[in-house]
Amino acid sequence: MSRHGIPHNSWTSLSIRTGSLLYLAVMVILPLVALGVQAAEPGPWAFWNEFTNPFAWHALKLTFTTALAMVAINAITGTATAWVLVRYDFPGKGFMNALIDLPFAVPTVVTGIMLVALYGPTSTLGAIMGQSGFAVIYQVPGIILALLFVTYPFVIRSVQPVLYEMDRAEEEAAATLGADDWTIFWRVTLPTLWPAIVTGSALSFSRALGEFGSVVMVAGNRPLATKTGPMYIFGEIESGNRHGAMVVSVVLLTCSLGILIVLNRLQRRGDESHGR
Amino acid sequence: MGILVRNLTKKYGDFQAVNGVTFEVPAGQLVALLGPSGSGKSSILRIIAGLELADTGSVELTGEDATHVPVQRRGVGFVFQHYALFRHMTIRENVAFGLELRRPKPNKDEIRARVDELLGLVQLMGHAERYPSQLSGGQRQRVALARALAPKPKVLLLDEPFGALDAKVRDELRAWLRRLHDEDHMTTLFVTHDQQEAFEVADQVIVLNHGKVEQMGPPQWLYERPATPFVTEFLGSVNVLNVETVLTMDQHGDEVPLSLDLPGSEGGRAVYVRPHDLEVQRHRDGRPCWPARIRRLTPLGGLARLVLTLHDGTDIQVQLTRQRCLELSLAQGDDVFVLPKDLKVFHQPGNFVENYMI
Repeated sequence: MSRHGIPHNSWTSLSIRTGSLLYLAVMVILPLVALGVQAAEPGPWAFWNEFTNPFAWHALKLTFTTALAMVAINAITGTATAWVLVRYDFPGKGFMNALIDLPFAVPTVVTGIMLVALYGPTSTLGAIMGQSGFAVIYQVPGIILALLFVTYPFVIRSVQPVLYEMDRAEEEAAATLGADDWTIFWRVTLPTLWPAIVTGSALSFSRALGEFGSVVMVAGNRPLATKTGPMYIFGEIESGNRHGAMVVSVVLLTCSLGILIVLNRLQRRGDESHGR
Repeated sequence: MGILVRNLTKKYGDFQAVNGVTFEVPAGQLVALLGPSGSGKSSILRIIAGLELADTGSVELTGEDATHVPVQRRGVGFVFQHYALFRHMTIRENVAFGLELRRPKPNKDEIRARVDELLGLVQLMGHAERYPSQLSGGQRQRVALARALAPKPKVLLLDEPFGALDAKVRDELRAWLRRLHDEDHMTTLFVTHDQQEAFEVADQVIVLNHGKVEQMGPPQWLYERPATPFVTEFLGSVNVLNVETVLTMDQHGDEVPLSLDLPGSEGGRAVYVRPHDLEVQRHRDGRPCWPARIRRLTPLGGLARLVLTLHDGTDIQVQLTRQRCLELSLAQGDDVFVLPKDLKVFHQPGNFVENYMI
């Protein structure tokens, strides 16, 4: 039954396939179902009430707006960084390239502490910023800063290979036809990079929706001010409102899953239209 | 005047890609830059287009100095080996790209009309709304040509334009390019490593080697009067014999010696004979000749290729018509006599040629 190669013992192949399916079910699908069932159990009205509860609603809104702000910045700076890494040669480029992945390696709580150490009210920089009305820590900008740190590699790492493999001849062709650098970028380079930028942005958005460790350190946990979705979930569990926590969880989960599915579809369509 | 380059040089690191190249492409001609890989032909083309800057030297396009004009304003049409079509644009958008960037900008109807005209010219009228990935290689290269021609460039430059295509499509496109040129007479320079392609398509051929021009001229002239050993060897197959071998052979022939008046005896001199400039005889007929044995005989349709071994062990290739082969009823292992009809002798220092018609 194997798709190619030497025919396998059908019992071996059957048990391997069944085994891996079971593993997926136990590890991923069962917990998902458990959450869905328990969130829905008290009925749609209870769900709706928890969802529209002003504290939950604000937390969700804050999570989405900070994530969107982060994506807007990341899409631009990530593309620019990838551009610099691919198109320019400079001393220390290899080192810089290796550093890109550092945010993935830093535990998120540590990220939070680092930001507090740098921008917190007890630090010199933080004190100056606080005095001039640009306080970052325990404020919304702090959340965005933390999200930017933890999602830093996503856009870079998805744009970089596309840029690297891009045929420079397309840009050269545009130049011989009279296009200046700006026109070449907008009309030739960017449309080629666009799918990669969207993918990287969506991945970082999805990641930001669930970010807890770093945000909890820098946000200050003030309800209706700096309390994000994941912090709300944690708080509700602590205070015994399991259902409220589950409803917000389901909302975050649905969004993340939705993004994943849409991305998959887009990628498949892109592959087909490019005949790959 | 079409294209004039003077004393172009270009270095990549330690590699001297272009080394003092000067030539002229007369207006309205189709000229080939022919050379092996690494001979600098693509670099020269890219320098003419402005895609690269020469270290020294100058470029003139239609009589105006273009050395420091940026690529965008040189008015060249450029066709790349791998098409380089804008993959996210339709064929129509691809061809219209250069038109939309012209100043003053043509209006929509003018652009549409010009795109239609060009798609008609490259016979892709029905494909205007498709994407490049939906076309075959030959069709893509025709789109690339239409795109390059759309803004009416001063000169057309093609970089190995048929290199990525399979043999049949390549032949069709070559013939088609030649026809197109016969109609519009645009000054065209194209790069190729394929001798047959250059000879089939071009009015004149510039042969390059190691970043230098070896020789330039009409195809037949280059073939008949190669200026250097490189040109002789690069344009078609040739037997390279050393002078001593040739002279020794005469003595063994002990009838009429080959009387080559070779000035001086020092230096590596070499004698070049093309396979079809050799004649094969069954018997001596009083003309100077070399005894030889047929080592291999390969029939090739109307022709036959023979590998002969001379007395001193040198192998030479001979090309005969099938007719001649049958007349002599040649077979492998036969002893025969070879007569050179045309020899070229090169004296390595100085590289001048002496042509011996015998």
